Amino acid sequence: MFAVENGLLGDPRLQAISDAIRVIPHFPKTGIMFQDITTLLLDPVAFKHVVDIFVDRYKHMNISLVAGVEARGFIFGPPIALAIGAKFIPLRKPGKLPGRVISEEYELEYGNDRLEMSTEAVKSHERALVIDDLVATGGTLSASINLLERAGAEVVECACVVGLPKFKGHCKLKGKPLYVLVEPTQLDEITF
Amino acid sequence: MSGNKEEEDPRINGIKTRIRVVPDFPKKGIMFQDITTVLLDPKAFKDTIDLFVERYRNKNISVVAGIEARGFLFGPPIALAIGAKFVPLRKPKKLPGETIFEEYELEYGNDRLEMHVGAVEAGDRALVVDDLIATGGTLCAAIKLLERVGAEVVECACVIELPELQGRQRLKGKPLCMLVEYR
Repeated sequence: MFAVENGLLGDPRLQAISDAIRVIPHFPKTGIMFQDITTLLLDPVAFKHVVDIFVDRYKHMNISLVAGVEARGFIFGPPIALAIGAKFIPLRKPGKLPGRVISEEYELEYGNDRLEMSTEAVKSHERALVIDDLVATGGTLSASINLLERAGAEVVECACVVGLPKFKGHCKLKGKPLYVLVEPTQLDEITF
Repeated sequence: MSGNKEEEDPRINGIKTRIRVVPDFPKKGIMFQDITTVLLDPKAFKDTIDLFVERYRNKNISVVAGIEARGFLFGPPIALAIGAKFVPLRKPKKLPGETIFEEYELEYGNDRLEMHVGAVEAGDRALVVDDLIATGGTLCAAIKLLERVGAEVVECACVIELPELQGRQRLKGKPLCMLVEYR
């Protein structure tokens, strides 16, 4: 579900957010139009809009835990967690988290990768939000949902700044709703 | 005031008690300072950010540079609160646009830190943020990157310092602000 489909149609903040994202063609490989959010982070007003919109949505949903996917989920997750008084849990590439972890495999275009979470981070029945910068295949978010559910949390929603248009409507990932702010920026809208 | 531990503030002890020390990670002999347990305590996490924001909000900082990946946890909340840009300093090949890099030494071999061209401009006043300072190698590389594009590095900010490794001496004369020492 996109923000424009859920009460924010015409909200100028969404255009500002979209305008602040830079497209890098053919990164990391030919054919991929990479959505670079680092230019959004260079615009303190637009960055704050992202956080404000997510905080407004989640502050009354009794979310006790925000899980952010390494590494760009680490940029958006903590400000949201801080504003709504929730814990922040980093979901990381293998070998980075100390102590006991659980891990979940997910598919890449070629081969697999793994995502890890600390076993001690989650108590049973916590209400969780998963955050990442962008959703494409949904593989990473699905792995994140699996990790949190295995630890006993209830995933309330997944939230991303950018999402492919296929996630319009009541699209769900592993039965969980998905909330997205903007569609990918197109090449003729490059901003610097 | 520069390079001072925030000794008097009662919030510091609450943060210190939330840091988990994990022995022999990532290898034998290292007492790993795990800040993820601070993030599990919303008050301790908020106090950490508040302490830095209180220090920097009136210093005209225009850019906060955070070192991948744990600097991404602390840098953006500080940047948002003080109205500064946030610039991620990343491992090689992660940033999609044109980059500049600075090499730094590891125990065995070297690594590189990259920054996007155009993200930081001459005259920007910069704060560098990471979770911990050990030898200072990564922070020194960050300072060099920022200075190469003409920014002024005002200070480095870390939650934890390992003072025995003397990283403070390797910051090209820049001051360090840290909250918790581990000896």
